[in-house]
Amino acid sequence: MKITVQAWRQNHRNAEGRFESYSVDNVSEDMSFFEMLDMLNNQLILEGKDPISFDHDCREGICGTCGVMINGRAHGPLSGTTSCQLHMRSFKDGDVLIVEPWRAAAFPVIRDLVVDRKGFDRIMEAGGYVSVSTGGVPDANTLPVSKKNADLSFDAAACIGCGACVAACKNSSAMLFVGAKVSQYALLPQGQVERASRAKNMVKQMDTEGFGNCTNTSACEVECPKEISIVNIARLNREFVRASF
Amino acid sequence: MTWLIQFFQTSIGKKFLMAVTGIMLVFFLITHLAGNLMLFGGAEMFNNYVLSLRSIKPLIRIAEVVLVLIFICHIFSGIQVTLENRKAKPQPYRVSPGSSTSKFYSRTMAVSGSVIFIFLVFHLQTFWWSFQKKQGNDTGFYEIVVNSSVGYKNPAIALFYIIALLLLAIHLRHGFQSAFQTFGLGESRYKGAIEKVSVLFWLIIPLGFVSIPLYFGFIK
Ligand code: HEM
Ligand code: SF4
Ligand code: FES
Repeated sequence: MKITVQAWRQNHRNAEGRFESYSVDNVSEDMSFFEMLDMLNNQLILEGKDPISFDHDCREGICGTCGVMINGRAHGPLSGTTSCQLHMRSFKDGDVLIVEPWRAAAFPVIRDLVVDRKGFDRIMEAGGYVSVSTGGVPDANTLPVSKKNADLSFDAAACIGCGACVAACKNSSAMLFVGAKVSQYALLPQGQVERASRAKNMVKQMDTEGFGNCTNTSACEVECPKEISIVNIARLNREFVRASF
Repeated sequence: MTWLIQFFQTSIGKKFLMAVTGIMLVFFLITHLAGNLMLFGGAEMFNNYVLSLRSIKPLIRIAEVVLVLIFICHIFSGIQVTLENRKAKPQPYRVSPGSSTSKFYSRTMAVSGSVIFIFLVFHLQTFWWSFQKKQGNDTGFYEIVVNSSVGYKNPAIALFYIIALLLLAIHLRHGFQSAFQTFGLGESRYKGAIEKVSVLFWLIIPLGFVSIPLYFGFIK
């Protein structure tokens, strides 16, 4: 099939960006979306032009490195799917794909489709860890964890930190990401030592980074490739109030 | 005190203030509607109701001051949150996902809120202020609300009331449930109950208000 890609091109952080239109022929529906971009980039290199920069690493939906906006949808039109796991069979011959980087004041564009997500790293540094005792491996079941909490914590831990929640949110709020991280630890005995300081410090860092305020539109939940639920935002609200009072 | 101020300066704190004040306003609406429905009982019933409120004037004044404070907190945090959120998303996408990722009423809270605010100023300036000018046992409240040039007999006024009240319904369609999510209860085992109760607040109560300009402006 033949696909038209209109991609955001921007040379560096402070450069003026613009959309450029490219036509890609002979796209197979078995290709992934990124393989189609690889093909386009080969074409651009042969023409002596700069290839389009985009972030990717594992290409199997587990690392959280990738992420672009395709026709207004974070990670493309499929739910529960990262950009790298999207295939061209989701599109049809003649389609125009408008590909944009994540947009948020806290995620400045570095080049083309690549944005700076270090804000997430700094939020993690502020509280996304647990204290552990050193020494030998503890005996199994010395720390009982209920099945229910283990499951809820595991669901939250599925967050890969891709930033689609921020990208999809009209307020660029990072509450789904922070909610997932705070929940993951708050639900386990290992997370109790820093429970209050974690909630306070991660929210403080989130605010400092310039992410917006959550207004509960739940666009994040719809677009999250790991289907993280806004239950985790409710839990973050509870954890934060509990830690503040 | 400093911890409370610090709390209200965080993103979650600001939302919390908006949610607490929003729910307080919803409770005010119940009492306001109960009083207003007396209009259907005729001039004498409504006028006597307003006079009975006069007899507890000091209490009413305290309630009014509290209500104004609640409104100021709600509007102030609303404006603050809205401006910060605009700043956090400086560049819009070329393609908008429209309603495929969120409901329109959740994205338009600042718009519906602003129209409610304009309505509120008009409403107070006409009805509330005219009521204040009446002394002692003067009546004629019903006349002001129903038959005066700013009353519901004027179809333009009645229509303006209906539009503003429908926007209130839209505001609360998102706001009521959103407040409980902000309290951390939205997605809990109470979710079903909150959803059911929310219909009373976002639909039935605003429709109760709508019935008044609709009846006196277009039916009676
Ligand atoms: C005077 C005009 C008003 C303005 C300017 C206003 C503005 C706002 C804004 C900007 C929000 C934030 C929405 C969001 O989360 O995206 C909000 C939320 C809310 N408003 Fe209002 N509003 C007004 C009147 C009212 C009234 C009269 C009520 C109730 C009777 C009300 C109840 C609520 C509730 C319950 C919320 C939800 C709080 C939350 O999301 O946690 N508002 N309002
Ligand atoms: S919550 Fe979902 S969308 Fe947000 S960073 Fe984690 S995986 Fe990505
Ligand atoms: S490249 Fe690793 S999740 Fe997409």
